[in-house]
Amino acid sequence: MNSNAVPYEKPFAVGLLKDMLRIRRMEEKSAELYGIGKIRGFLHLYIGEEAVAVGALRALSPEDAVVATYREHGHALVRGVSMNAIMAEMFGKQEGCSRGRGGSMHLFDAATRFYGGNAIVGAGLPLAVGLALADQLRQRQRVTACFFGDGAVAEGAFHESMNLAALWRLPVLFCCENNLYAMGTALSRSESQTDLCAKAAAFKVPTLKADGMDVVAVHGAARIGAAHVRAGGGPFFIEFQTYRFRAHSMFDPELYRDKAELEEWKQRGPLHTYSARLKAQGMLTEAEFLACDAEAQAEVEASVAFAEAGTWEPVEDLTRDVLTPTPGRVAPS
Amino acid sequence: MKISYREALRAALREALQRDPRVFLMGEDVGRYGGTYAVSKGFLDEFGPDRIRDAPLSELGFVGAGIGAALGGMRPVVEVMTVNFSLLALDQIVNTAAALRHMSGGQFSVPLVIRMASGAGRQLAAQHSHSLECWYAHIPGIKVLAPATVEDARGMLAPALADPDPVIIFEHAQLYNLEEQLDRARPVDIASARVRRAGTDVSLITYGGCLPKTLQAAELLAGMGIDAEVVDLRVLRPLDGEGIMASVRKTRRAVVVDEGWRSGSLAAEVLARIVEQAFFDLDAPPARVCSEEVPMPYARHLEEAALPQVAKIVAAARAVMGKR
Repeated sequence: MNSNAVPYEKPFAVGLLKDMLRIRRMEEKSAELYGIGKIRGFLHLYIGEEAVAVGALRALSPEDAVVATYREHGHALVRGVSMNAIMAEMFGKQEGCSRGRGGSMHLFDAATRFYGGNAIVGAGLPLAVGLALADQLRQRQRVTACFFGDGAVAEGAFHESMNLAALWRLPVLFCCENNLYAMGTALSRSESQTDLCAKAAAFKVPTLKADGMDVVAVHGAARIGAAHVRAGGGPFFIEFQTYRFRAHSMFDPELYRDKAELEEWKQRGPLHTYSARLKAQGMLTEAEFLACDAEAQAEVEASVAFAEAGTWEPVEDLTRDVLTPTPGRVAPS
Repeated sequence: MKISYREALRAALREALQRDPRVFLMGEDVGRYGGTYAVSKGFLDEFGPDRIRDAPLSELGFVGAGIGAALGGMRPVVEVMTVNFSLLALDQIVNTAAALRHMSGGQFSVPLVIRMASGAGRQLAAQHSHSLECWYAHIPGIKVLAPATVEDARGMLAPALADPDPVIIFEHAQLYNLEEQLDRARPVDIASARVRRAGTDVSLITYGGCLPKTLQAAELLAGMGIDAEVVDLRVLRPLDGEGIMASVRKTRRAVVVDEGWRSGSLAAEVLARIVEQAFFDLDAPPARVCSEEVPMPYARHLEEAALPQVAKIVAAARAVMGKR
């Protein structure tokens, strides 16, 4: 495990831990709620991968855009969508961030420029390319961060998007969350070239590999990538090497990987390794850790209460939001 | 003044580019080459490469980029060379463009226009000739237009660009050289069907590339003493049910002419609505003239046999009139 000094002031350093804890506790609760049928549909947990969303999103500015996948609860939360709105969405309540029309896989939030919540593997990449194209054409110095998994690199959309972004020097930060498995298919069983950076480099996109279990390493890499993109250097690709501790979704019996591998990765778990580092450096006491955790758990409990108290959208409204009701109303830019 | 369908499309696009700096054209060979059907010829020089954007052969990528750019505040016009190639972008159109507003709970509209050529008639065989308008017309969340006249070719782009939701415009490849009188550009709606020839005996309901054939059939029918009304659907989604029903209730007979394959066709949808809504106004069972259920053959005589033709329309109308 990495024992290098954490190069931040205490509030920022502890803030990273808090955000990872918030994601972890929210998702543990979500799994429990799924078990009793409060949350339905597909539920893809990010447990084990929290350092990636926390470290990467902290490298962005509020005016930047984020495009994520169906394993996006953590990204939405760190980006600034309230836990209440996320939990209510998973309950299917109209107080949810997508008014109950999206569910776990389709969290959206215009206010934080969070463009989903995309459940077609690889489909977020062209979208990110287009958002970045709009910024380039309007001469705005914004970054579009696009998260996707290792499975997405097998899709044509990945290759088309890499090429378009590089060809037109678009401000996209490609954030590949390589957790080694596309659902149940190991990267080595599905790709002739398992070095994901080599794929991006083939399009002349500069790349970095980062330890996705180490929030400091993630943040450092994302800062480099975001600075390159924001300065007009064109797209940048980062492979975050990470691992999910839970099943792909709640229906996955995990026949494709062995327990020893999982246990090995758990030794590198982003929460306990990082909190140990903070403690070793004197930035965090056990009491402070417990207080952070209690705070996260309280936020989770409050979000569940909020979701429970939420309301069901009237069925009479079923067909709303298929087309835009008022002519002239357009997407926020 | 007589102008061609191509010139009308071109004038509309040029006007849109001049009027709104957010509008840009993106697609394969729209710039240096001048557009597959020469609609954007010369635009690269006039508007520059940022706004007349040649894209690589990446339909999925550049249609998706159009969606993203629309979300980012632009008003992209994405050109896809033919409807057959648009299948490579179907995921982005159906799973993203059409669904985004709904699955975001109304937060994100996608003001995107996609233009594509469709249809047969030039011996381009089974991968360049199909008429898949009804696939797109099946999808909630998008609007589907089929300009069949020079006036609509000139007028439909502006309201499509003003629309906050994704709009797909089908340009039938056989219509590009169609010339019609157009004295000045008039605003047109993108909501209603239109009667192109008034008549009292039978409604011939059609769209796109079949409109000229249907009008010819109506003229032949007139010589046979049958006064046919020709209805141009214009907007394939959402369908103008009232416009269709108004004509059918007047003539009490209907034939739908559609270049799509018969099974699961747009014609099937139109007929189903007529039966649901105007059954007791009908004097005869309604009929359809569609493409034969075969991938488009290359040989000219076989291609002609596969498509709706004037003679088939005349025969169908006569049969509905009880005249064989």
